[in-house]
Amino acid sequence: MLGKLNLQALQHGPIVLGAQISIVLAGISVIALLTYFKRWKWLWNEWLTSLDPKKIGVMYIAIAVLMLLRGFVDALMIRAQQATSVGASHGFLTSDHFQQIFSAHGTIMIFFVAMGLMFGLINLIVPLHIGARDVAFPFLNSISFWLFAAGMALINLSLVLGEFSAAGWLAYPPLSGLAYSPGVGVDYWIWSLQIAGVGSLLSGINFVVTILKMRCPGMTLMKMPMFVWTVLCSMIMVIFAFPILTATLTMLALDRSLGMHFFTSDMGGNPMMYINLIWAWGHPEVYILVLPAFGVYSEVVATFSRKRLFGYTSMVWATASIALLSFIVWLHHFFTMGAGANVNAFFGIMTGVIAIPTGVKIFNWLFTMFRGRILFATPMLWFLGFVVLFTIGGMAGVLLSVPSIDFQVHNSLFLVAHFHMMIVGGVVFGYFAGITYWFPKIFGFKLNERLGRYAFWCWSVGFTLAFVPLYILGLMGATRRLDHYDASLGWQGLFAVAGVGALIVGAGIGFQLLQFVVSFLQRQQNMDTTGDPWNGRTLEWSTASPVPFYNFAITPEVSDRDPFWAAKQANQKPDQPHYTDIHMPKNTPLGLYIAGFSFLFGFAVIWHILWLAPVGLLGVIACVIIRVSDDDTGYYLPAVEVAKIEATSKRRRYA
Amino acid sequence: MSKKLKLVGFLLLSLGVVLLVAGYLHGHSIAVLNPQGFIANKERGLIVTITLLMLIVVIPVFALTFAIAWKYREGNTAARYSPEWDHNRWVEAVWWAVPLVLITVISMISWSSSHELDPFRPLRSANPPITIQVVALQWKWLFIYPDQNIATVNFVQFPANTPVDFQITSDAPMNSFWIPQLGGQIYAMAGMSTQLHLMADGAGSYRGSSANLSGQGFADMKFMVKASSATDFNSWIRSVKHSNHNLTMAGYDQLAQPSYNNPQAIYSSKPLNLYGTILTKYQPTTSTMGLQKAPQSAVSSSQKGNMN
Repeated sequence: MLGKLNLQALQHGPIVLGAQISIVLAGISVIALLTYFKRWKWLWNEWLTSLDPKKIGVMYIAIAVLMLLRGFVDALMIRAQQATSVGASHGFLTSDHFQQIFSAHGTIMIFFVAMGLMFGLINLIVPLHIGARDVAFPFLNSISFWLFAAGMALINLSLVLGEFSAAGWLAYPPLSGLAYSPGVGVDYWIWSLQIAGVGSLLSGINFVVTILKMRCPGMTLMKMPMFVWTVLCSMIMVIFAFPILTATLTMLALDRSLGMHFFTSDMGGNPMMYINLIWAWGHPEVYILVLPAFGVYSEVVATFSRKRLFGYTSMVWATASIALLSFIVWLHHFFTMGAGANVNAFFGIMTGVIAIPTGVKIFNWLFTMFRGRILFATPMLWFLGFVVLFTIGGMAGVLLSVPSIDFQVHNSLFLVAHFHMMIVGGVVFGYFAGITYWFPKIFGFKLNERLGRYAFWCWSVGFTLAFVPLYILGLMGATRRLDHYDASLGWQGLFAVAGVGALIVGAGIGFQLLQFVVSFLQRQQNMDTTGDPWNGRTLEWSTASPVPFYNFAITPEVSDRDPFWAAKQANQKPDQPHYTDIHMPKNTPLGLYIAGFSFLFGFAVIWHILWLAPVGLLGVIACVIIRVSDDDTGYYLPAVEVAKIEATSKRRRYA
Repeated sequence: MSKKLKLVGFLLLSLGVVLLVAGYLHGHSIAVLNPQGFIANKERGLIVTITLLMLIVVIPVFALTFAIAWKYREGNTAARYSPEWDHNRWVEAVWWAVPLVLITVISMISWSSSHELDPFRPLRSANPPITIQVVALQWKWLFIYPDQNIATVNFVQFPANTPVDFQITSDAPMNSFWIPQLGGQIYAMAGMSTQLHLMADGAGSYRGSSANLSGQGFADMKFMVKASSATDFNSWIRSVKHSNHNLTMAGYDQLAQPSYNNPQAIYSSKPLNLYGTILTKYQPTTSTMGLQKAPQSAVSSSQKGNMN
């Protein structure tokens, strides 16, 4: 009846028990608060069933922030174990638990933090940037988000029921195969990524169509804000890369659940094929994450330098060439497999070539600042931190791209330090900058600058302290993922420094949380009444803050790359508006239901619950049929209503 | 606190950090930067060359970043402000060209070093090479000396200044065979044989380990490497042969069972063609597969003669 699921799945050591209890307590208190403040209806109508990309974007970011906390606790446990598990002492974690923790850390940080922040910002800003009221497929967007949430729920359920994968964040077979990982951990990994991954693919399609078809009149491709260009490239990459992930995970699932032999060592299976496939997705994935962050930097640097973005055309071509090149470098993740000198050298050189357009971008940002008037608000600080960390990480990356050097540092902590510098310094800093920059547009008030600065300095200093020692440790021969090492190696001091660094990053995260709270409490003082708190350049700043749910009362027309800046320069007064009825999509819970059934399906396959799997699958199909047979999915917001909303916001803006 | 005081404090702090790091590094050996073998030496040379080449761009980037950020800060109204200046073909050509030239140079180095230091490529030396077969097990390393007909666990000895031809496979999840002071690593995969050619510059003991996650006992997958004079090596071989501790096929199956933190061991003899047996264990027979399967990896023809 319940497959492999039994009471034993609940039994864990004290650490996991603590996590279980805190998850349950947090759940209970959320439910209690919602009930006490009678907010259930509000939550359901305003958020859970909403098709507004801004609401969906906020929910993406909320989940990403929660998952950042979870992933960061994992990181602290990794640091604590490696700083203490030396010689005679074996630390406070068993090898199995330690391996589950770093597998969860990597998986969560990439799929549910970085991806969540990225899709969150894309949802918030892309429609506003292109002068659109919505995305191309609002319902599909809701499905994407809820599949992401279902994947997140599944991965966290592994803390409560059963175990998580101990095979690393990419679960290389044969280790992740049934022979060496017989438990449910790898299945949790497969199905949480599979469900979230399908959501990402749907988002990719949605935003490519949105950007290509829904730009306002006058916005040619070469007049799009740089952020939109980077999102376009990134989403095209999603469309090409994510099907590879889906297929690879499916084959691994077939190996594990139906005893097939795609990737086993024996019976004709080939684990090397898995490693090729997973990186054919995995390498583009890191560029999928970083390109929109580059876009954020482009917007931030231009705005805070009070100057047009330098070398726009160069930037577009650099972005496009990075997108293309990222598909032909995947083998550099396993030069050490022994493919031979010609193959290795080709992939090594292609990897090095990516440094060219990336370098061009950095120079263009610097020359955007050149002869500007730079305001060092927190988004700009995140940008400067990014330049320093990303350049250092990039140097390590070029070293790693030379196959003969890679043989010496591959799988060592040098590599770990490199990719953290790229992903935290590049991706995460970028999205932090973006959140601070666009926060007033979405919520109507600015984030506290002082706390933002504290957070930035804690992150930058802590991060440097946490990862520079790892470069040195890697060169000393320390491999990644060690739960124990000999005292005679003399590594402990550096691991301790890295641990201190992690704690300082923790303080940075603390300041960020405090920043949200304090800014909310002081929202009256930080209110953005102008709609344009940073002296912005692009269309989103021409609207009120918080932006109304229909974005633009009148579809804008643009003739400049920085339309709002140009309008302000020309001292253009908006014409007497002539409002028309606006067509908007109706709320629907079906996206949530589809994800719920997908979750049940994943859960059923993980635990071999034979009757539940078809229930989940049929549920998804039923929901889709219900949706496609529903013709009443939208409504018109009458022009009078629009006029009323606009009048109130104008009174506030010019009061 | 005045600006001057802050600056002095910052400089003192930086100096302190530099001294601390220097002191720490002085007392510890950085394996990759302190090579003791032919390959590792060349690899360190490459690391230094490429790093210096990159500094040609990186130092100006850092300098420009801080100089521009400082000069064009909002408070400095004396600085020139050109809000509409957004492109210049010539300047942009410079920063497409400079990284291009640099990466071209690095690519050339990348290409030639990939061939020169290809782990599959035999090393040249006046001394004849020695073959050692390596099997990654859960969680220990088995070393087989096909010509000397002995085997060891978690310990490997060979003569210095002699090319060592490691043939590597796995009877376990994938591992990576790495002796940082002698040279780069290569994966150990079941059903496949990879090669690594290394040569130690002189007598000494080095640390080796697995660099790729292979399950619960992974952290213990380390081994001791001893490079000695040819005479010492030969007398070591003799002593192993006299130890009278045979490795039988049943003994191997026992050894291949998962076990943690294994001590070093020596075997005075080993089953005939043990390495070949382990390697072919994973390969499907033609009768069950229906079609002939090509060897999965670079199982070179040269090593087939060495498989017994």
